[in-house]
Amino acid sequence: MADHTNSWFREKILLGMTPRDYIISNFNFSNLIAAIFVGTGVAVMIYRLFFGLGPATNLSDNYPWGLWIGFDILVGIALAAPGLTLGTAVHLFGMKQYHHFVRPAILSSLLGYIFAVFALLFDLGRYYRMPYLIGYSWGFSSILFLIGWHFFLYINICLIEWSPALFEWLNLKKAREFFIKLTIWATIFGVIIAGGHQSALGGLYLVAPGKLHPLWYSALLPVFFLLSAIFAGISMVIVESTITHKVFKSQLKDFDEDKYNRLVIGLGKATASALFVYLILKVFDIAHSNTWGYLNTPYGYWYLVETLGFVLLPALFFAHAARKGKAKLVQFMGFVTALGVILNRLNVSIIAYNWHFPASQKYYPLWSEVALTLGVVAMLILAYRFVVNRMAIMREHPEYESSHS
Amino acid sequence: MGIDRREFLRRAAIAGITLIGGSSPAYAKNIDKDTILFTGNIANERNWKLYEKTHAAITKEHYGVLVDTTRCIGCRRCEWACNEWNKNPNRPIAEFEKSVVGKDNVFKTIRRMHAGNFTVVNRFYSSKDGKPIYVKRQCMHCEDPGCLASCFVDSYRKASMGPVLYLPHICVGCRYCMVACPFDVPAFEYYEALNPQITKCTFCYDRIIYEGNVPSCVEICPAEVMTFGKRSDLINLAHERIRNNPGKYIDHVYGEQEVGGTSWMYLSSVPFEEIGFRTDIGKTPIPNYSRSFLFGVKMFEIVGAWPLVFGAYYAISKARKKHTSSHETPPEEKGESHGGSH
Repeated sequence: MADHTNSWFREKILLGMTPRDYIISNFNFSNLIAAIFVGTGVAVMIYRLFFGLGPATNLSDNYPWGLWIGFDILVGIALAAPGLTLGTAVHLFGMKQYHHFVRPAILSSLLGYIFAVFALLFDLGRYYRMPYLIGYSWGFSSILFLIGWHFFLYINICLIEWSPALFEWLNLKKAREFFIKLTIWATIFGVIIAGGHQSALGGLYLVAPGKLHPLWYSALLPVFFLLSAIFAGISMVIVESTITHKVFKSQLKDFDEDKYNRLVIGLGKATASALFVYLILKVFDIAHSNTWGYLNTPYGYWYLVETLGFVLLPALFFAHAARKGKAKLVQFMGFVTALGVILNRLNVSIIAYNWHFPASQKYYPLWSEVALTLGVVAMLILAYRFVVNRMAIMREHPEYESSHS
Repeated sequence: MGIDRREFLRRAAIAGITLIGGSSPAYAKNIDKDTILFTGNIANERNWKLYEKTHAAITKEHYGVLVDTTRCIGCRRCEWACNEWNKNPNRPIAEFEKSVVGKDNVFKTIRRMHAGNFTVVNRFYSSKDGKPIYVKRQCMHCEDPGCLASCFVDSYRKASMGPVLYLPHICVGCRYCMVACPFDVPAFEYYEALNPQITKCTFCYDRIIYEGNVPSCVEICPAEVMTFGKRSDLINLAHERIRNNPGKYIDHVYGEQEVGGTSWMYLSSVPFEEIGFRTDIGKTPIPNYSRSFLFGVKMFEIVGAWPLVFGAYYAISKARKKHTSSHETPPEEKGESHGGSH
């Protein structure tokens, strides 16, 4: 029936298929899994909206922040740093050889921030008052105020950086030209803004010296969060490109594996140097605050797992892989580094928080909290795939090839 | 009406003593549950409205309360009076009074404030003589409050008399104030889906601004545990008591200097960490930790980063022009992309 209509919707959204064909083409195992995650996540969202945070979470008066802040915000934003790192490397430091990595990186930052803020809405008691931050009541003395504003600005920056791909897809040449010129300025602005709020996320815990374990608490928390966001950002570029180069292989014409591997190893080197700087600062920090004694406690062992297993180890392997030219090892260590950042953020926000509490009183997430988080992650992946399948993210747009930003 | 009420409370208190005895086991199990599940606090909003109207006119003198834990008998009437005044869920006063003798009672666990109560009394045992020590807890009303500085929509106020007030009409419900509070005071109405608030002690702002009135907990106390007055006077009084009663108190007024000083201060016969106080929170006001960071970020963003980033950009674009004019491919560069952001 609709076979002969060649509408905009069919061309742009349904990838040229009929609605029927499009739906059929989406019946597969991975989409089924995604649908289950998204479905449970949405169910939990509705439950939380109708019954409140008490029934929907394990949060308490002693643990006001749980998985939704610890994972969705702290981990999510750190792992959404690819746009910061790659945008800076290519646009500011002129590493043009990495320009193929920029658009996927920008997209993952954009979606990372949007979905982090989306998840945050469910954690806020009065989510409908979120706009108060922008224009109604300003808490200038709060680090959270700085973060809120920076999120708002940074999402706009990412939109600008991403918009050339959007306008290529919509075939709006004038708008594209205009926004390409803005990109460089958005990137400069973005470095400052992203650097500010990545460190501010660590700064959030500066006001809780009595609650965060002395091994994790430090006056340098903002610096640690910024540095780890940088290696999180680069390692996520490695992780994403590893996955996307497998999943979206069909989109990559004349793919040069040797060149790609060389670039991956370059990313590995960058991650390693950031990891080493971070590690040295960590050692200085322990020496300065003289918290060596805590290392020989259960929390200390856990701290060593985090810093030795997920910082020192990948740093050494990155260095080794770079010397021997092993791209596969770099890719694997990219995963390890990203895992280490996840571990670090969860340690600061949940595990080492309220460390003087006995184990029986400590917070652990309710299944519904995990379900909502997984649902949001699934939504993010689906949105990423939706955009990549339609816009020139992995590939170059045939009509704009020569002038790719 | 105020006099009648006070008279009533006094009579009720006397009557209560005669009623001590018997027990109701279900009560102890449910006590925290009631207050955790509570929603719809009105005391904070009432005080905020009053604050808006009155704050310009009232005295600039800081007031406080000195709590002498050696005097407390654990009757929990302060809890009852607080609930009564602030319209929090309450029970007959007799049930509060008999906790001190009941077997299966609330003193078996160390409680904290939840959505439906602004104050709790906990029991500890003295390391000196093994006798019980009862400790009333409530908001300390810091001189430089962490909750206030941490709020990202500015929904706290420090009233000039000393109370730290919460403004429910702005609060977004992020609960960062609960993270920032070194005494774990603010509670949250977790069981309210649409309009949850933070709840906390108001220092009875709606009482103390009227000459001669004291907070409801102070008023009902039969053992003169609490003294309401000017903060500077209370500090003198506290040190006087320590001096005049050698051996009775430890030489420390908790709250005089903790996190920059608090309006509520405590005296104790044993070290404060033995009766549930954090003694490792330092003398630095909590907001100072974030202030220096915010200053650093401003410096970084306004002063430091701009010239650095622009400088890097121009240097690189110059280098790039050279490369393109000589038709060379750029050399492989190291990927230290964070260099420019420092």
